[in-house]
Amino acid sequence: MTALLEVENLQVAFGTGPERELAVADVSFAIPQQGTFALLGESGSGKSVTALSVMRLLPEAARIEAGHVRLRGQDLLDLPEAHMRTVRGSAIGMIFQEPMTSLNPVMTVGQQIGESLRRRGLPKAEIRTRARELLDAVRVPDARRRLNEYPHHLSGGMQQRVMIAAALAGEPELLIADEPTTALDVTIQAQVLELLRELQRELGMAMLFITHDLAVARHMADAVAIMQHGRIVEAGSAEAFFANPSHAYSRNLFAALPDISKRGQRLHGIEAHDAGPEADHAPAASEAPVLLEVEDLRVHFPIRRGVFRRVVGHVPAVDGLTFALREGETFALVGESGCGKTTTGKSLIRLLPATQGRIRYRGKNLAHCSAHEMAALRAEMQIIFQDPFASLNPRMTVGDIIAEGMQELKVLEQAAQRQARVLELLEQVGLKPAHRNRYPHEFSGGQRQRIAIARALAVNPKLIVCDEPTSALDVTIQAQILNLLREIQKRHGLTYLFITHNIAVVSWMAHRMAVMRHGRIVEQGEATEVLRNARHAYTRELLAAAPRL
Amino acid sequence: MWVVLLTDFFLFLLLAGVAAYAWLAWRSLHLRRAWRTVVARRTGAVSAVVLASFVAIAVLDSLHFHPRLEQPTAQAAYSNEILSVFDVLVGPLRTQTERTYSAPFAYRAHSKEAQETPDGMVRDYPRLQYGGAHLEDPAQERGWDIAVRVARGAGLGALAWGALWLGFRLLRRRRGDVAPEAPPLPWTIIGATVLAILMLIGIATQLAGAYHVFGTDKVGEDVFYQTLKSIRTGMLIGTLTTLIMLPFAMALGIMAGYYRGWADDVIQYIYITLNSIPGVLLIAAAILSLHVYLNTHAAEYTSLAERADLRLLFLCMILGLTSWTGLCRLLRGEALKLRECEYVQAAVAFGVSGPRIQWRHILPNVMHIVLITVTLDFSGLVLAEAVLSYVDIGVDPTMNSWGNMINSARLEMSREPPVWWSLAASFVFMFALVLFANLLADAVRDAFDPRVGR
Repeated sequence: MTALLEVENLQVAFGTGPERELAVADVSFAIPQQGTFALLGESGSGKSVTALSVMRLLPEAARIEAGHVRLRGQDLLDLPEAHMRTVRGSAIGMIFQEPMTSLNPVMTVGQQIGESLRRRGLPKAEIRTRARELLDAVRVPDARRRLNEYPHHLSGGMQQRVMIAAALAGEPELLIADEPTTALDVTIQAQVLELLRELQRELGMAMLFITHDLAVARHMADAVAIMQHGRIVEAGSAEAFFANPSHAYSRNLFAALPDISKRGQRLHGIEAHDAGPEADHAPAASEAPVLLEVEDLRVHFPIRRGVFRRVVGHVPAVDGLTFALREGETFALVGESGCGKTTTGKSLIRLLPATQGRIRYRGKNLAHCSAHEMAALRAEMQIIFQDPFASLNPRMTVGDIIAEGMQELKVLEQAAQRQARVLELLEQVGLKPAHRNRYPHEFSGGQRQRIAIARALAVNPKLIVCDEPTSALDVTIQAQILNLLREIQKRHGLTYLFITHNIAVVSWMAHRMAVMRHGRIVEQGEATEVLRNARHAYTRELLAAAPRL
Repeated sequence: MWVVLLTDFFLFLLLAGVAAYAWLAWRSLHLRRAWRTVVARRTGAVSAVVLASFVAIAVLDSLHFHPRLEQPTAQAAYSNEILSVFDVLVGPLRTQTERTYSAPFAYRAHSKEAQETPDGMVRDYPRLQYGGAHLEDPAQERGWDIAVRVARGAGLGALAWGALWLGFRLLRRRRGDVAPEAPPLPWTIIGATVLAILMLIGIATQLAGAYHVFGTDKVGEDVFYQTLKSIRTGMLIGTLTTLIMLPFAMALGIMAGYYRGWADDVIQYIYITLNSIPGVLLIAAAILSLHVYLNTHAAEYTSLAERADLRLLFLCMILGLTSWTGLCRLLRGEALKLRECEYVQAAVAFGVSGPRIQWRHILPNVMHIVLITVTLDFSGLVLAEAVLSYVDIGVDPTMNSWGNMINSARLEMSREPPVWWSLAASFVFMFALVLFANLLADAVRDAFDPRVGR
């Protein structure tokens, strides 16, 4: 079988002169007709740049310095731009990660799909029929009505289907999918991946699949390549690779994945200082005293209309939750986006007012706390957020960020004491003392998350709400942060309310878990028990949808 | 006898504020480093030096006094006129007035007049009283004379620069160098700018006594002098107005965005109402009522300068009160966005109070917007002054300002041959001020935005 796409010794650099930085170095691979090739790698490894080079859609600052990209033997890098445009529309289609931003919000679904059809000079009526056929092909129900709807009418999964339909409009021989399911929930991800496989079979396309997720790659690809620092470190057939990864970096990626079988062991990251002694993972005693008790918690958001902002209704984000956190345990709250898990976390530490229900901390009802008592409780309950780029004030130095809580809650009154404590905390989370005078933008995502952890620890909390603390991070960084969180938990006897959508993390980290849907808990219990013998249908669906290695 | 006019008072207050901030900035490591990066950029350094010389002129022009009258009596008597230190420094520029228009570097007037000569009455361009008066055969000598003066002025400027440089070197050696981690200052470019400015000053002093560098206006006043005096007016309008507007815009905008709810509603209604009244109407009403006030209290404002000054201050205030809405709206939107940011949520989780969150987490993160708006407004306000002077509700007609100059140029440009120098001179200076203010603001924004790579 001849190769459809051949990439040979591709080299791409950003900038020129002394600031030149190599983004892709000496990358070669070939995709046969109807084959699926997965480029795997962590953020910044150059996988997206490789895909964009194939499409010749690189940003201004980047330059292809060497190499060939051949589609059926024709070198795309030699084509004039006008000719390249027809290649993009018809020979190669592309779908992106974020369906919300890749669709134009002021164009109807029909117009978006029709755009590439119109260029080929089809008559209007035919464009419409064809667009409807495409929507049918990507299994969008009620296609005729959907044609006139706007992107915001659709859910994320539907939007991604529309994107795929638009990419298929030109009947491409090659579909480039750049992290097509990363922004989607697991159940939707499973559906979209299944759809892509079916479409590939029906239309006989080849696919270049870019992902950071080993499990997704295994599910989709015939052949894979692992990229690191712009180079392919290992390539081979999917079967051979997943059976026996040979390169040290690849093995590291596997070792970093949290999994139920690794409970009680450290996840192996890449950095040397993580290679400490193995932490044991003794389950928290089920007779440990209850720290926080939640009873029939409801958080409703009012819907306001009109000039006077009348309340015309409520959105029940959290609709009657009852659970309890025991001291020293990790309680995972699992669910898909919009199920109310973040709202629950925020209302527990009073960032959002609860509409109804009781939250008792050490037996004391938070609703009845005076402002003074609440201030004292603030120090006991802290939060770590998902996005390490939005959770640190860019205008404050790391030292000030960590010291703020101590100063505000009068944990340490003197500036010198606070300074000493900041240094101690930085060391605890694996940062250097010199880092305290730097600003957040000078740090990577993982380091920022460490700073956020240090900030929460500064006031000696008992309970930390971890709101998806690792979902914005690469797997190896995720492993480091998870290790760190566990280490700290053991050292300080912390209780975690761990909010996540990632089943693998839960299976490694949590003692107990609750599964949420539509603001309600559908099932809760010991984590291992729920994961092995799920009773509720939704839990089973969720577990089945999570891609597995 | 020294006099402190109202605007002088505010200007000095502003300077004191800047000095206090400078002291604070010097003590804080981060602020010092940030400001150092401002000056370390070449455009930043150049514009800082140029603006500093503008400020120096404005400050000198704000030290007002009543001159002592030359009288034989024992008791000191003071003139009713108010002069500034700057007026004394530029001496001849102020006093050497011609009868009417004359072109730059001219030795004859701009229009013909009937003159008595030994041959009888002749209509010709008369010689000027001061401009080129020292020349015997101006047509032959003028070019050479100007060249010599320019060379001499440049030489003097270079000499002054050399002396300054030597003194600076000595001072630096004694004090040792500053922290090594800070970016190096572009001393060459700073030196070159200072040299250029000193040479310009030297040339100006050499030429100004003998010629009208930018010509004279309708009543024979030196246009160069008017332009220099206008610097103070322009600076005051730009800075005082901003100073009056900023507290409203920042406090209300951030409060509206942060608290939302009824606070937001009230603030929004205020600025929407204010916005829907045409600004010119409000300004006209305010200035006209000031007129009435001044006329009924004529005894309290004896000198022209005091009246003009009050009017300037009033103009700044009313401009400030009508122009805060735009920035307020911007800041409200930004605060609405920032309050949902996770670092604000984290601060709430620490129990930080609302005002402190606004001060520490929101304000620093909207400062770049404030800075950009302020510099854009600064230029806009200098221009607004010109427009308002056109409809006679700007600064007092007796006060020197670029607006008044441009306004008078309207009639001058329609003469034949046109009188272009008033317009040109005010344009050049206004352009320089606004351009360098924008360049400096650019450098400041880059230095203070941690997200912009260094």
